[in-house]
Amino acid sequence: MASLGHKDLLGIEQLSVEDIRLILDTAEALKEVAARPVKKVPPLRGKTVVNLFFEASTRTRSSFELAEKRLSADILNFSASTSSVTKGETLLDTARTLEAMSPDIIVIRHESAGAPHLLAKECHASIINAGDGMHEHPTQALLDALTIRTVKKKLDGLKLAIIGDIAHSRVARSNTILFHKVGAEVWVCGPPTLIPWEYGRLGARITGRIEEAIDGADVVMMLRVQNERQHEAFIPSTREYYNFYGLTRERMRLAKKDTIVMHPGPMNRGVEIDSDVADADYSVILNQVANGIATRMAVLYLLSGNAGLKSKKRSH
Amino acid sequence: MQLILRKGRVVDPSQKLNRVADIGIEDGRVAEIAVRIRKKGRKEIDARGLVVLPGFIDMHVHLREPGREDAETIESGTNAAAHGGFTAVACMPNTQPVNDSEAVTSFILERAREVSKIAVYPIGAITKGSQGKTLAEIGEMYRTGIVAISDDGNPVQDNQVMRRAMEYSRLFNLPVIDHCEDTDLSAGGVMHEGYYSTLLGLRGINPAAEEVQIVRDAILAQQTGAHAHIAHLSTKRSLEAVIKARKEGQVALTCEVTPHHLLLTDALVTSYDTNTKMKPPLRSQDDVDALVKGIVSGDIDAIATDHAPHNINDKMLEFDRAPFGIVGLETAVGLIYDRFVRTEILTLERMAQLFSTNPARILRLDRGTLAKGAWADITVLDPELSWEVRSENFQSRSRNTPYEGWKLRGGPAMTIVKGKIVWSL
Repeated sequence: MASLGHKDLLGIEQLSVEDIRLILDTAEALKEVAARPVKKVPPLRGKTVVNLFFEASTRTRSSFELAEKRLSADILNFSASTSSVTKGETLLDTARTLEAMSPDIIVIRHESAGAPHLLAKECHASIINAGDGMHEHPTQALLDALTIRTVKKKLDGLKLAIIGDIAHSRVARSNTILFHKVGAEVWVCGPPTLIPWEYGRLGARITGRIEEAIDGADVVMMLRVQNERQHEAFIPSTREYYNFYGLTRERMRLAKKDTIVMHPGPMNRGVEIDSDVADADYSVILNQVANGIATRMAVLYLLSGNAGLKSKKRSH
Repeated sequence: MQLILRKGRVVDPSQKLNRVADIGIEDGRVAEIAVRIRKKGRKEIDARGLVVLPGFIDMHVHLREPGREDAETIESGTNAAAHGGFTAVACMPNTQPVNDSEAVTSFILERAREVSKIAVYPIGAITKGSQGKTLAEIGEMYRTGIVAISDDGNPVQDNQVMRRAMEYSRLFNLPVIDHCEDTDLSAGGVMHEGYYSTLLGLRGINPAAEEVQIVRDAILAQQTGAHAHIAHLSTKRSLEAVIKARKEGQVALTCEVTPHHLLLTDALVTSYDTNTKMKPPLRSQDDVDALVKGIVSGDIDAIATDHAPHNINDKMLEFDRAPFGIVGLETAVGLIYDRFVRTEILTLERMAQLFSTNPARILRLDRGTLAKGAWADITVLDPELSWEVRSENFQSRSRNTPYEGWKLRGGPAMTIVKGKIVWSL
């Protein structure tokens, strides 16, 4: 049985190019499960997966849940609003309580960067990071890579433009690290207030002009810009943001003929992306959703035998 | 004589002294320093191979009493200080209640008289409740025994209030110690803003938050004639601002640095270990290099620990939820000796200035010297002592140290306060 050499999936940062390829190939193979009349395979039968969601999430959570069900796992859903967390229990106590139920895998989404790492140190179970603060969202980057690879047949040598609120985006970080690792050219674009000073050191080129980002890009990935950002003085208004960074049909004319448009969702139509772009042929936004399930099945499958492995040190 | 330390290397910058000598103590004071003291001591200590220094003063600690006795008490904190080679500490006013009145100041001094083996110097708040709005009763606290004023941890943002505080401080010749942090610039930040905060997805603290307030303080100190002391200075640009202000004219501006800002960088936060979380945050290697140069050149006056004990339950949290601060009293001396004196970056004289002579001068204490007649506060170091930092051996009630397991050579061997051995190996 194929497996990752890690106990946990905490971020793209810890993965090698071979790890990434293994996950994508596995996901590719698992895609066909969705096409079966009975959408279920047995690899995780008898395994327990806990979905530990401290932050509201519909997409990622349903995607994981469906992936787990299709692999025949037993599932325990645990969300902050219904749990003892609201009674003041610490993350570690919650984790220890869950650990006592002997789960094999814990999928965690948390608003604090590093929360999955804290759990990974304490738990025997494999930890999958389903998004930690502004840090990483590895399964999102992997499903994006799968989506791009399916259309473009390769990842290296592509120009990927990530446009929007880079500073607050875990999707941007994970994708930047992943695509830099596999040899793509990563551009990030947004107002200087929304791009950290040292972002270039993650392996990205930086521009404030959307035209430069789109020019010659194979993939344009739009990020959600939250309304709160105006109140925190990052941007003057969503109106001005749209004028400078909104992805419109006119701007898409600068792109190549076969450029694809992506968005991790949820979209703010009319702020960072126009409806006629979001719904156009070159938009692969719904493919991303379908690939999300296959990618998460792959990750769950590849980690399912790894509980108890020694956590790998970060590579610095 | 009450006590004689024989044949140790006596290093005292206040007398430009660095030689093997005997030091005799009578009635709690230094009676004689000579190559050989003929008189007999009621107690004699063989100090061959050891270094005998004027008592170390940690001018920046948090003793947590009153209010957070679960994290530290005046008793446990001062025991930790003695264990770490310190003969005196100055404690910050951010207790609960805040030390902003004569009553709290006398409580601290009375508790210290009852339980402390070392000298305790309270620092009073600048503003009532350290709320930054109106001046605390600084004069009353001064009469009771504070040695400085500071709103450490909750620094004065209003420039006019700081101006008034500096003006008023001159009445009592009290230094104004400032934890420089523009809280708008630092809002929400949990670590140094730079490459690692970007990589880790943690909100950054812009280093300018510290730097702009240092520049403000320098200007106000120059204008008012007050003595401003910059607490835990941590960036290269901060140090440059201090040096520049001193060059430009008459200004009473001093500064301190912590051991962790001399030894650790923000790269350490990649562990998400909450014992790497403090304010100011761990900075870049560039900053560390500049600060090390600053202690060598003397541009930085003092080393202070910013000993900040926290209950383990408070620290075992997600990184962005844990409180800021680490303990430092029981590691500082060994760390500085091993990493800087043993490696010949720093001389013993400079180490004595940073830990004793200068803190005493900044706080106007009758300490920091082994001159004849001075209080016999003495820190004895064993330069060959091999030891490992193990928080389970701490006297402090808290264990929040980033140095767990560090192996060090050289460290405190004995702490003497007013001629009395209050701790020894």
